[in-house]
Amino acid sequence: MIVAKLIDTTLCIGCKACEVACQEWNDQEYTLGTFDGSYQTMPDLAPNFWNLIKFNEVEKNGGTSWLMSKYQCMHCADAGCIAACPAPGAIVQLANGTVDFAHDNCIGCGYCITGCPFDVPKLSPTTKKVYKCTLCSDRTAVGLEPACIKTCPTNCLTFGERDEMIRVADIRTRELKADGFKDAGVYNPQGVGGTNVIYVLNDVKQPESYGLPKDPVIPWTVQLWKGPMKVLGTLAFVGAILGAFFHFVIYGPQDPEVHGHDEE
Amino acid sequence: MKCKGHMSKRSSRRDFITRSAATTATTATGLAAPNGETSNGAHIPALKTAHTTKTNSICPYCAVGCSVTIHTIGDKARNVKPHIVHIEGDPESPVNRGTLCPKGASLEEFVQSDRRLTKVRHRAAGAKEWTDLTWEEAIPMMASRIKASRDKGFVEKDEKGRTVNRLGNVAMIGGCTDTNEINYLLSKFRFSLGLLAYENQSRL
Repeated sequence: MIVAKLIDTTLCIGCKACEVACQEWNDQEYTLGTFDGSYQTMPDLAPNFWNLIKFNEVEKNGGTSWLMSKYQCMHCADAGCIAACPAPGAIVQLANGTVDFAHDNCIGCGYCITGCPFDVPKLSPTTKKVYKCTLCSDRTAVGLEPACIKTCPTNCLTFGERDEMIRVADIRTRELKADGFKDAGVYNPQGVGGTNVIYVLNDVKQPESYGLPKDPVIPWTVQLWKGPMKVLGTLAFVGAILGAFFHFVIYGPQDPEVHGHDEE
Repeated sequence: MKCKGHMSKRSSRRDFITRSAATTATTATGLAAPNGETSNGAHIPALKTAHTTKTNSICPYCAVGCSVTIHTIGDKARNVKPHIVHIEGDPESPVNRGTLCPKGASLEEFVQSDRRLTKVRHRAAGAKEWTDLTWEEAIPMMASRIKASRDKGFVEKDEKGRTVNRLGNVAMIGGCTDTNEINYLLSKFRFSLGLLAYENQSRL
C-alpha cells in the first residue's frame, strides 16, 4: 500500500504544531533561529529541522494574500535524490512509497542535494551526513501516522492510502471551486512521477506563490550522469581493464633491459 | 642491479590474470549494486514508544483541556526511575482526538528542557542583567513590596462612601501549569488582598 500525506493549504492557520511535533518525535536539538521580519520559524530547512511552515506573503488583486504551505520532503515516486545517490543502499524507497535515508550507508557526498528538485536534503556539518523528513518511517512501520499528521489541530493534514488521499483532494478542490476559487487544484507534480505529499492549493496555476516549483524535474545533469554517462563510463572502465589484460596476454610484460631504459 | 630487484617483484602471468579477474568481478558488483530499490526497512529505528508506560493526563495550558499520553521508560518496576520519552495527543479523547497545538505538542520540553527556569530570576530597576535569587531572599522582597504598594493604593471606601476594599495598583499573573491546589491558594490570596487585576498566563 502506497501511503500519502495530504496538505490542504486552505485550512492551515500557521500554528506550527506540526513543526513542534516533528522536532519532539525525532528528538531534534534545539537551535536558535534568526528573526528576519517574517513569522516563519527559520528561512529554510536544516539538518535538524525537517518540517517548515512557509509564510508566503503574495501581492494579489491589490491586496496581500498570506499563503501558508508545509515544506518538507515530498517523497517523490521517481525521486531525484535516489537517482543522484552514488552510495548503494543509502537512499531507499520503502514498500509504502517513503523515500528514506539509511545513514549507515550515507557517504555524505551531497549529490542528493543536487538531485532534489525541491531542495530538501540538508548536509549536517557535524556528522557529514544528509538529513530530511523520514515520513516518520518508525511510526508508519507499525501502522501509525507521522507525528505532524497526528498533531494538526485544523485537519489541514491528513494521512492515508494514496488513492484515497487523491480522492479526498479532488472532493476538496470541487468544494473550493464552488466557493469561488476557480483556480483551485491538486499539486501532485508528474515531473517526478507524482509525490506522496499532495497539496490542495487555492491557485494551482501559481504554485510558486506557495514556495513550490511549478514543474519540478530531476536535473538534467543528474539524468545525464546516471543515464548515458554511467553506461559510457562503465564501458570505458571495463574496456580499459580488458585492454590492459589482453595487452599483457598478447605482448607480455615490458622489459626495461630489452628496451634500454636502464636506470644505471 | 636495481633492474634485477625490479624484475623479481614483477608478477607472474598467472598472478596477473587472477588479480584482474578479481578486480573486474568486484567492480561489476559495485556497479550493479541496487540503489533506491524497495528496502526491507532494516535501517528504521525501533518505535521509541513501543514498550513505554503510558499515562493519560490533561494538557496544563489553556481551557480547552486536550488529553495527552505521557510515555515514560520502564514498566513501573521498582528499580526503574521513570523518564519521559515522549508526550503526544490521546486519540481516545473526544476533546482533541489526538491533536495538539504547538504548545501542547512541546509538553515534553516543559518537563525536562534544560532551558527551563528553575530559579528565581530578578532584574533590579534600571539593571540590564538578570540575577539569581534564592526563595529565602525573594519571598520577603516580594512581601515587603506588596505591603508597601498596598499601603499606598488600598481603597477602603469609594467616593460615594461605599465599602469596596479594593487594591488597584498591584496586578497578579498565575502560571497556567500550576496545579489546582496552587490556583486555589492564589485565588484566596488575591481575594484577601482585594486585588482586581488578575490574569492567567495560559492564553499568552
